[in-house]
Amino acid sequence: MLSKRLAAVDRGRCVACGVCENTCPLGAVRVHRGCYAAVEEERCAGCGKCAKLCPADCIEVKARAEA
Amino acid sequence: MKKKHWYDYLWIWSIVYFALGFFNILFAWLGMIDFFLPLGLAVFGGNKFFCNHLCGRGQLFGKLGGELKCSRCKPAPRWMSSRWFRYGFLIFFLAMFGNMVFQTYLVGAGAASLREAIKLFWTFRVPWGWTYTAGTVADWVAQFSFGFYSLMLTSLLLGLIVMVLYRPRTWCSFCPMGTMTQGICKVKNRD
Repeated sequence: MLSKRLAAVDRGRCVACGVCENTCPLGAVRVHRGCYAAVEEERCAGCGKCAKLCPADCIEVKARAEA
Repeated sequence: MKKKHWYDYLWIWSIVYFALGFFNILFAWLGMIDFFLPLGLAVFGGNKFFCNHLCGRGQLFGKLGGELKCSRCKPAPRWMSSRWFRYGFLIFFLAMFGNMVFQTYLVGAGAASLREAIKLFWTFRVPWGWTYTAGTVADWVAQFSFGFYSLMLTSLLLGLIVMVLYRPRTWCSFCPMGTMTQGICKVKNRD
């Protein structure tokens, strides 16, 4: 079953550093071709670990319906 | 638990690099790996594998700020990761790098003499003569070492300051290498 919440990346502000990728316990975030972080929506549990460490503060945990 | 890779331990390399600079300044040249490898991976691979997995400095900030809790873990001001600040800082950094290369050229051409000192924050001169015995190598080789180590140490200190004040890897949001490699990747991967 999918989680109720989900990490959403503001791609315009993402610096593609990879902190989220290295933090995510589920491997649900990947830096896409060095441009921005992309969240695999089915895998993300919305725990918010990536959002807490993102240096650009560009990840927000949203309700899945709104993301 | 995620599988550990050999490159997850590159934070040790970062400590070793800065430690070596306290004993022999010529080791500063090894820092050129951190300069060319990310550019090479971005230009030829079209990725930020260096930033994402190989950057020892980023890993060190992550360890100190995360596991050792030396960070307030507060969001940094938004301007710090804004486009104008990132590219402005990149231009400033490259200008300072160019200046350092020019100083090296002046020493090589005999127009200036070797200064056995490092400059922190592009301003404060710190005597560093114990790390070099005059005449060991050509003067310009030594001058470049002092200049390059100055840049590396200055950026490490800046990174540590923003690590303590904000989040562990805040430096990554405006790191000149990160800005440059992301810019290259965006151009290369334009759909």
